[in-house]
Amino acid sequence: MSAISPAAVSEARARYEPVIGLEVHAQLKTRSKIFCGCSTKFGAAPNTQVCPVCLGLPGVLPVLNARAVEDAVMVGIAVGATIATRSVFARKNYFYPDLPKGYQISQYDRPLCEGGSIDIRSGEAWKRIGLVRIHLEEDAGKSLHPEGKEGVDTTRVDLNRAGVPLIEIVSQPDIRSGEEATDYMARLRQLLIYLDVCDGNMEEGSLRCDANVSVRPVGSPTFGTKTEIKNLNSFRYVDRAIAFEIERQIALIESGGRVVQETLLWNVERGVAEAMRSKEEAHDYRYFPEPDLLPLDLEPAWIDSVGSRLPELPHALRERLVRAHGIPEYDAEVLTETRALASYYEEVVKRSEQPKLTSNWIMTEVNAVRNKMGLSIEEFPIHADRLGALVRMIGDGTISGKIGKQVFEHMVKDPAPPDEIVKRHGLLPIDDDASLLALAREVIAANPGPAGEFRAGKEKTFGFLVGQAMKRSGGRAHPEKIQAALKAALAEGA
Amino acid sequence: MSAPGVDPTLETAESLARSVRERSRTASEVVRAFLDRADRTAERLGTYLHRDRDWILAAAAAVDARIARGDDPGPLAGVPVAIKDNICVHGVPTTCGSRILEGYRPPYDAHVIERLRAAGAVPFGKTNCDEFAMGSSTENSAYAITRNPWDLERVPGGSSGGSAATVAAREAPLALGSDTGGSVRQPAAFCGVMGLKPTYGAVSRYGLVAFASSLDQIGPIATTARDTALLFNAIAGADARDMTSRPEARPVPLDDLEKGVRGLRIGVPRALLAEGLDPEIRAVFDQVAAFLQKEGASSRDVALPHAKHAIATYYLIAPAEASSNLARYDGVRYGSRVPGRDLRSMYENTRGQGFGREVTRRILLGTYALSAGYYDAYYLRAQKVRTLIRRDFIEALNGTDALLLPVTPTPPFAIGEKTDDPLAMYLNDIYSIPASLAGVPALSFPAGFTKAGLPIGLQLVGKPFDEGTLLRIARAWESASDAARRVPPIAMEAAA
Repeated sequence: MSAISPAAVSEARARYEPVIGLEVHAQLKTRSKIFCGCSTKFGAAPNTQVCPVCLGLPGVLPVLNARAVEDAVMVGIAVGATIATRSVFARKNYFYPDLPKGYQISQYDRPLCEGGSIDIRSGEAWKRIGLVRIHLEEDAGKSLHPEGKEGVDTTRVDLNRAGVPLIEIVSQPDIRSGEEATDYMARLRQLLIYLDVCDGNMEEGSLRCDANVSVRPVGSPTFGTKTEIKNLNSFRYVDRAIAFEIERQIALIESGGRVVQETLLWNVERGVAEAMRSKEEAHDYRYFPEPDLLPLDLEPAWIDSVGSRLPELPHALRERLVRAHGIPEYDAEVLTETRALASYYEEVVKRSEQPKLTSNWIMTEVNAVRNKMGLSIEEFPIHADRLGALVRMIGDGTISGKIGKQVFEHMVKDPAPPDEIVKRHGLLPIDDDASLLALAREVIAANPGPAGEFRAGKEKTFGFLVGQAMKRSGGRAHPEKIQAALKAALAEGA
Repeated sequence: MSAPGVDPTLETAESLARSVRERSRTASEVVRAFLDRADRTAERLGTYLHRDRDWILAAAAAVDARIARGDDPGPLAGVPVAIKDNICVHGVPTTCGSRILEGYRPPYDAHVIERLRAAGAVPFGKTNCDEFAMGSSTENSAYAITRNPWDLERVPGGSSGGSAATVAAREAPLALGSDTGGSVRQPAAFCGVMGLKPTYGAVSRYGLVAFASSLDQIGPIATTARDTALLFNAIAGADARDMTSRPEARPVPLDDLEKGVRGLRIGVPRALLAEGLDPEIRAVFDQVAAFLQKEGASSRDVALPHAKHAIATYYLIAPAEASSNLARYDGVRYGSRVPGRDLRSMYENTRGQGFGREVTRRILLGTYALSAGYYDAYYLRAQKVRTLIRRDFIEALNGTDALLLPVTPTPPFAIGEKTDDPLAMYLNDIYSIPASLAGVPALSFPAGFTKAGLPIGLQLVGKPFDEGTLLRIARAWESASDAARRVPPIAMEAAA
């Protein structure tokens, strides 16, 4: 559509500042729905987790799930928001087949939480992203448009998800790039998982994101016209859709066009954001206070008691690991990806007494295996105490790092302690003089040519002989002592 | 009166229950008598939309089985209770008088139905009503017109017209109605029976098909104060499924009703009586007021300065809530569906053909009142006025025990008289709406008759959760007057 070349766009890119705000919907981990007792379990057969209330049958009424309120309050406290002692549920009215009552129960002008912030990484620095609000609401059902023998005219509705509790977390327009948006999402997800209020499973829709995107000339005090990209359900889509939309808006403005306020949908196959509906025909949701629910009044003492149950949060844990174990901040960040990983690290260190070495092992070997096998740390087969024993053996020189890796590979499949694995597989180091001398003699006997050359004064062949000794011993020969042994053995035959 | 073999249909619910509890009659005998009785007049009166003899007798047999087992059958043992068609009964058609719910059978019982069963009552037929309880004459039902048992050419009032008429005609000793702006009290007044709108929150709304959620209350209809109390006691009380139901709701001890009115302070809002009140109703009003004073109650003037805005306020709030409450009737999951070429036209066809004129009018009114740009001027303003009206009542009731008001400005009007003039119809609720907005209890009791023999009801309004005092005052009048003892001719003929 644009007449501007890609090169010109990237030149123009520097003259514009993107302004991004995110609205994230997170599904709470409550066992039952927000206004009825139906299960929230994912993946059940369609319309098997429904009752008169979530089906919106005539005459039913919502009953608020106290656990959902507690979870939402906990999130609010964790981000430093102000928790409202009185908040009000409101009806958002619109027609859609997967919305059983013809309205969604949400919160409007009096949300549960206001303010707060989330710190993200922007390049090397930390950056604070402000929050506007966090409110509670119910999810809608799912419309299915089966292709094939059902025919394209058929729409089916699955209401298992209708009434599942959500919190909507609305950020200030403080985000400036797709990368920042992705990091914000990642940190928000990490926080929700730490708080144990959301499973963070984006594929199953437990965390979904709408992005409001606009651009303005650098230095401009006013915002440009924004568009909203709906339903970004992976980090990759958040990054790519926002990047796409920024480019699109810049190119549009540069070619003399105007951004139109509209709602876009990210087309995964085509990699473009497409118009869903323009604001002109957008809904008037006719919000009004939900008369079936009284205002939600929370005692300050109760709010405090929720706050007192707050677990250690990612940034605090990160700082504590740095302080307690003297590891670099980068390591601490990787290790605090989840609370379970950090606990695992601390358990391992308790045994290994090697904080940095342990960190290296977890960041490389452990994570490589987990990634390859698709395992969470909870599912990882090597018990922290066993890994600690292994790292300790490496740290005190009992075995080399190289042997350590072999032991580690056995340990992934074998629950035996590392010292036993070392013994069983003959991986103990050879460091007694007699054994080393015997090994050296074997090497010389097997390599008469290079040995003769060494004796003739060609010292360069010594390195080759050492290598042969290490190879023959399977890496177990003591690296310094074998040199002495070789020299002694070579002297013997001279 | 309760001797076996005597026609039970002219007895009170209290007496019927006693006879069943004492085993001088079976529940089945009582229920069969009312079924036979209803068969003789219900068609002419248009009282029922659904009455399944076998189903109702099976429920009666279950009560008899309880008695046979030696269990306590409950305070309403064997008493049939007619149910307004906007209250859900498991497996029984529940249409709210609307085409859009044609054929709909709820898969659950309303809270009040559970409570009735627990009390030993037998849910009787489903009574006709204005569509989704919107109306004051029961002429807005999609299925039938209900007639006033005192004069078949006149309306029974509405929206609970079927419930009030069936009790007046002695087709059922008790009935449940629902009251949003007067829908129990006004038909009770028109039909010469007693109708109570409980305090908002006294009775669970779970299973009552919503019209205006912040106003709707299920209320009992009966021929006497004691029967009204019995039915109220059976259904009142907090319910975990309705977050607006309140633990303060308490049953009314029947003995309290016999205490007389000595020492009670009756508030009279004189200013409201000045304009447009029918002189015959005014005369009965003065007669009752004088009686209460003679019996030892004191009378004092009270002001309800904001009550004059009640109708305007009500017709913003109730339609606004209704426009949202009725959004679920979209043809997707239940009820009738009229196909269309796409989703939008399916919605338009289904709702366009499924809803009647009055319901459509109120959905439009409410949608408008909630629209962006109008919300503050209409809905929000109306909520503020509602707060002022509520405050008026609390203040008026601060120095009094009950307020005495008319229920309606006129006696029952003719069928068809106001159907083309919605505003005239709305004005009929001028005396009932203020108490609804205030959320306070209000009782319509039979007070007298016009010279033409049409019933006149008066209204008592009380403090929150003080239904007992209202019933006590009505009981005093009932003992002294023949108004409550008169039975419409159609019922006498059928009983004979």
